[in-house]
Amino acid sequence: MAGSSAGMTALLCNMNKQIAIFYPTITYQRHNWCVIRRICMFVSRCQSQAQTKPKSAPQELVGVVGLEIHAQIHSNTKLFSGSRVGFQAPPNSLVSFFDASLPGTLPVLNRRCVEAAVMTGLALNCTINRKSLFDRKHYFYADLPAGYQITQQRLPIAVDGTLTYSHLGGRKRNEVVTKSVRIKQIQLEQDSGKSLHNDYRNQTLIDLNRAGVGLMELVMEPDMSCGEEAAAAVREMQLILQALGTCQGNMAEGQLRVDANVSIHRPGDHWGIRTEVKNINSARNLARAIDYEIQRQMFVLESGGTVQNETRSFDGKTGHTIPMRDKEGLQDYRFMPEPNLPPLMVYEACSTAPPGVAPSQVVVLEEVRERLPELPSVRRQRLVETYGILPEHSFTLVNEDGLMDYFEAVVRETKAGPRKVIGWVMNELQGLLHQQNLSVSQSPISPQALAQILNLQENGQISSSIAKQVFQELWKTPGKTAQQIVKEQDLGMVNDSTEIYRICQKVVDSHPDQVQAIRSGNKKVLNKLMGLVQKETKGRADPVLVRAILEQKTS
Amino acid sequence: MYVVVNYTRRLQTLAFNLGPSRYQGVTRASITSQDRKSKQNLSCFRWTHLITLVHQYSTRISNSKPCQVPVDLVDKLERLALVDFRNQEGLACLEKAIRFADQLHVVDTDGVDPMDSVLEERALYLREDAVAEGDCAEELLQLSKNTVEEYFVAPPGNIPLPKREERAAMFKHAEF
Repeated sequence: MAGSSAGMTALLCNMNKQIAIFYPTITYQRHNWCVIRRICMFVSRCQSQAQTKPKSAPQELVGVVGLEIHAQIHSNTKLFSGSRVGFQAPPNSLVSFFDASLPGTLPVLNRRCVEAAVMTGLALNCTINRKSLFDRKHYFYADLPAGYQITQQRLPIAVDGTLTYSHLGGRKRNEVVTKSVRIKQIQLEQDSGKSLHNDYRNQTLIDLNRAGVGLMELVMEPDMSCGEEAAAAVREMQLILQALGTCQGNMAEGQLRVDANVSIHRPGDHWGIRTEVKNINSARNLARAIDYEIQRQMFVLESGGTVQNETRSFDGKTGHTIPMRDKEGLQDYRFMPEPNLPPLMVYEACSTAPPGVAPSQVVVLEEVRERLPELPSVRRQRLVETYGILPEHSFTLVNEDGLMDYFEAVVRETKAGPRKVIGWVMNELQGLLHQQNLSVSQSPISPQALAQILNLQENGQISSSIAKQVFQELWKTPGKTAQQIVKEQDLGMVNDSTEIYRICQKVVDSHPDQVQAIRSGNKKVLNKLMGLVQKETKGRADPVLVRAILEQKTS
Repeated sequence: MYVVVNYTRRLQTLAFNLGPSRYQGVTRASITSQDRKSKQNLSCFRWTHLITLVHQYSTRISNSKPCQVPVDLVDKLERLALVDFRNQEGLACLEKAIRFADQLHVVDTDGVDPMDSVLEERALYLREDAVAEGDCAEELLQLSKNTVEEYFVAPPGNIPLPKREERAAMFKHAEF
């Protein structure tokens, strides 16, 4: 995020440009400084919130962020009809008569969707409502063929849960800061179709493949205060949903959609007017959008204006939010009970289910609870306990896709301890992956190859600095093995003690001043001598041995 | 005799709701024009089915009967539900309908749960997650007059309903 200094300056430049564009009449110079000051305070406040209560005056404006997450349920068929759920199929090919809302069609609820919602509710510590009701939410739009959406507004399937998430905070961004946000409710609802706007011919093309797909709407209370927290919460939600298998959580494909409700206020006051930000397609854009919106609202208030209650769309390219013209004014959805669906009943145990009913017709909480897999938070704890690694490392392992499996595979195949392995995975592997923007699955070095390098180091065949060199080489030429590279470039450890002795002697003789300095108490100069020895041996000497010899010679 | 309605969009007529719950029952029906030349004779029977937000607002605004429906509210209802009250007679009929429905308040419903639908006592059928429908793009596209390469065509965004004055001007020369 905007923690690194490079990121900060980029953010500042961006903000300044935006302010200049929006308000050209205001003197650029004066607001330059004001904006910089505001951003610094704002970002540092977010970071310092974890550590201590900010000692600033109580007049500071803080952001209040609430999220609405729509997660597409991972099922074979849609929520109320038997047509297939798929991505990127030929237009209107996955549409049944009910999805096209032809007269005479009725909704038939999908059992898998109910189980998915219940499982998600249990994973988020919600209270599952034994009886939940379906409602119709009316509004006119071309991608909603029926003119209404079947949702659960009065009595949703799950209420009152918590999502505990963590993000790397602190001054060096390596402390795990844990926060939690309350989940107000989880409800089942239908998705609408997709509309493609063709401004050239002034028409909208409607594809109903997505119409009717089951969604879980997760409504969160506005407990968050900045973009970073929101992004961390969404990331954690993604991991949980992926672990449960109820949603694939791919934001780019639209399987997880997030809308943010942003407002600002002074702590202790009433909440300010909120705006809704839509069209966010990744966790990083979510953080950018929320931060921009909070900034914009602060600017509006401090220039004497008032924030309007509107819906704004986020533009990923510029980083701005733009008002959406079609959604002006408060919508009145005229909710009404869905007359075609009786209440949805969920039973606690098989014994409480009504007798004589087929098991496929009842959803039993006990059974769903048994099928809950290992959640990410439990997995992090397990990694820390099994391998003795630090919490922030286990946080990163679980956060990145595939990194945990990679780590466990290396640990299995190598003699080196998990702490050494984690050091290699975090620094060397992650470093190169980030540099070249690759994912773990695209890494040219397999877990087995890395294990081989570590084994060579453990066996004493190569030194630690050589091992790093071999790693870099192996990255460029994945076809070879570590052994081959060591042999070809003659990188094997120089074990001949006489040879090392001779080199050390040479270095000591050619640098009498340094030797004098060491003898008079400055021990740090020894490192310089060691560096020279290593240069002579091209890094192949055992550093422990070299140090011992040098210390003996200079004592 | 029926009222002429010549909108191409689907209309919703609003029905009674029972009990103290605050919903409007909506059933989908399209009113088609039958007899354009007939004299306007709004059947109050139809309008008694129009219980809307007006009922809520009327009880909140003034508990005494008869209630006056504010013009802004009528405008909003027309925009939301795409129903045309058209003229003063229509509004008068609406107000009579509301008064007719107000008689429900005479019934004592303390301690009685509101009923959602007559299906309440039934068990909700849960379907297995197996693909059984779909793949009928050609049939569906034939239903639409305007299609482009297997997509349905719609005008961009929602066409806003013309304002009250403009609508009056539009229908000035109509038969009604």
